[in-house]
Amino acid sequence: MKEEAALEVVDVSCVFRVNQGFMKGTKALHAVNGVSLKIPKGKVVGLVGESGCGKSTLANILLGLQKPTSGNVLYSGSSADSFSQRHIARRIQPIFQDPYSSLNATKSIKSIISLPLRVHRVGAPADWDRKVYEMLDLVGLPRRVAQSFPSQLSGGQRQRVAIARALIMRPEVIICDEPTSALDVSVQSQILNLLQDLRQELGLTYLMISHNLAVVEHMADRVAVMYLGRIVEEADAATLFRAPSHPYTKALLSSVLTPDPHLGVPDTQLGTVFPNPIDPPSGCSFHPRCAACMDICREQAPQPQINGAHMAECHLDTAAAG
Amino acid sequence: MIDMSLSPLRGQQTAEEILEPSPMSKLRRRIFKNHSFMIGAAILIVILVCALVAPLLAPHDPYELDLSKRLINPFWHDKKTDAEFMLGTDKIGRDYLSRLIYGAQISLLIGFSTILISGVIGTALGVTAGYFGGRVDMMVNFIINTRLAMPVFLVAMAAVVAFGASLHVVILVLGLFLWDRFAVVMRSITMQARDLDYVKAARAIGCSTPHIIIREIFPNVLSSLTVVATVEMANAILLEAALSFLGFGVQAPTPSWGLMLNEGREYMFFSPWLLALPGMGLFLLVLAINLFGDGLRDVTLERER
Ligand SMILES: Nc1ncnc2c1ncn2[C@@H]1O[C@H](COP(=O)(O)OP(=O)(O)OP(=O)(O)O)[C@@H](O)[C@H]1O
Ligand SMILES: [Mg+2]
Repeated sequence: MKEEAALEVVDVSCVFRVNQGFMKGTKALHAVNGVSLKIPKGKVVGLVGESGCGKSTLANILLGLQKPTSGNVLYSGSSADSFSQRHIARRIQPIFQDPYSSLNATKSIKSIISLPLRVHRVGAPADWDRKVYEMLDLVGLPRRVAQSFPSQLSGGQRQRVAIARALIMRPEVIICDEPTSALDVSVQSQILNLLQDLRQELGLTYLMISHNLAVVEHMADRVAVMYLGRIVEEADAATLFRAPSHPYTKALLSSVLTPDPHLGVPDTQLGTVFPNPIDPPSGCSFHPRCAACMDICREQAPQPQINGAHMAECHLDTAAAG
Repeated sequence: MIDMSLSPLRGQQTAEEILEPSPMSKLRRRIFKNHSFMIGAAILIVILVCALVAPLLAPHDPYELDLSKRLINPFWHDKKTDAEFMLGTDKIGRDYLSRLIYGAQISLLIGFSTILISGVIGTALGVTAGYFGGRVDMMVNFIINTRLAMPVFLVAMAAVVAFGASLHVVILVLGLFLWDRFAVVMRSITMQARDLDYVKAARAIGCSTPHIIIREIFPNVLSSLTVVATVEMANAILLEAALSFLGFGVQAPTPSWGLMLNEGREYMFFSPWLLALPGMGLFLLVLAINLFGDGLRDVTLERER
């Protein structure tokens, strides 16, 4: 457990004021609600959860793009307040979901990949071209795409360009926000394997956000499960997939399609309603959808139960521990 | 589940995969296929060239009057024509063709300088409001609404009364008043662009806000800006003609088409060409600009699809 954290958040919350319509005032939306997460150096941490649970908001906080309402972000142990955005940019870079909107359509590939070098004035301008070509080799693109524009490339090629742009400054941490969900299945595994190779070659640390459990299982050393702005379970990937303890994690795992067509579409027992984050349920925010809901769940929010490297936030564990 | 056994295919991307022609060549091909763009551009270029080389093209000095040669008919009449004055002369004997050519200069000058001033004001306001949102947006919206509450025509008349009528006053008034459409369009486009991932990526790289607005977002809104500019240019040219016609715009003896319409008014029934010719000029110019703008919109919108 005592590994050095490349990146750490301590009890961060992010509250948005949401307009309720004309003259109705605003309401608080807790997109991220008291999350603590440690990303150890050189490891891959997976973050899973349904749409709207606050994964991207957490990623934005880590990237310094969103100021947390409260809590602390630590880069290698020092508080984010002592870093400028340019500092953060050199250590942490994002890869976004949609490679169609993450590349500026009016710029050439060369200009897109070299933008970080130009902004940070790294090295001599004469070297920039060479560095761009090196990156293209690294991500498996032919050098001649340097002159082309994003609209001339396929989705997978664009995502490779986005990866090249993220890596050209040699950052320590890459935040991948669903890096493959916008791609064809055949291309997905290529990109994931590329990310895997690059990690080994360059010693990178990843935060891998996904709602595809297969991706996380394949890539991650540690997995955090997020629900309605909170991390409800966190454990080593092997442990979590073998012995999940939170009912939400269990439901998520059971929702993965099995290869056997006779079993049909699995029943997640989750129902369809994701609760409104503006108006979260009382007690444990998962209780309306929980298969094992008890009386206490409706009234009292569970405290995190830490059992070795396994953390879960559920009254079942509290009962078992007590 | 995903088949993870596929090889990474690194370095195996072949050159054949990049078959798409470059966006520039695709754009060029679409431009040549777009009739309204081509027709508009052709007329516009003719008028532009006429205006630029007016001193070479015009057979006479547009200000030189000869009272002995008043109201000479243009060449298609059989009576009272003069080979020296192809399109006749006006009521004080000035060559009408020369005045028409120099009139194009005035119209284009008004059009271009107006959209230059109003484009800068409107784009700056709109992009700022769209990018920053919130309070800044509210303030800009207030300014836009204030501007929309003021009728250009009345303000122009008031300005003329206050500062006297001249070309400069007309350009300044139109430039300072026709920026609302620029602001509204730029604001909404910037708002959409602001949330796209490439802007987020630029911020994560550590680009400064001015860099993001000017170097990243602006090139993406440029095509919409050009379309708005054509609409505003046509608008400005017509407004100048109207103001000059009413005597609140360009003053005699400057050869403005609007002013020529006014001067020809009394002779409407005996020498209708005095009205028809500058009217045709205005009609052609505005039509060309609108065709050009429409074509441009089609061509660039198709690119975004
Ligand atoms: N700028 C914002 N203003 C107001 N609400 C926001 C803002 N950004 C996000 N939210 C809200 O915060 C919640 C979490 O959003 P977030 O984008 O982090 O979810 P997510 O887990 O990334 O979802 P997805 O899987 O769909 O990407 C959502 O309910 C969203 O509506
Ligand atoms: Mg997201």
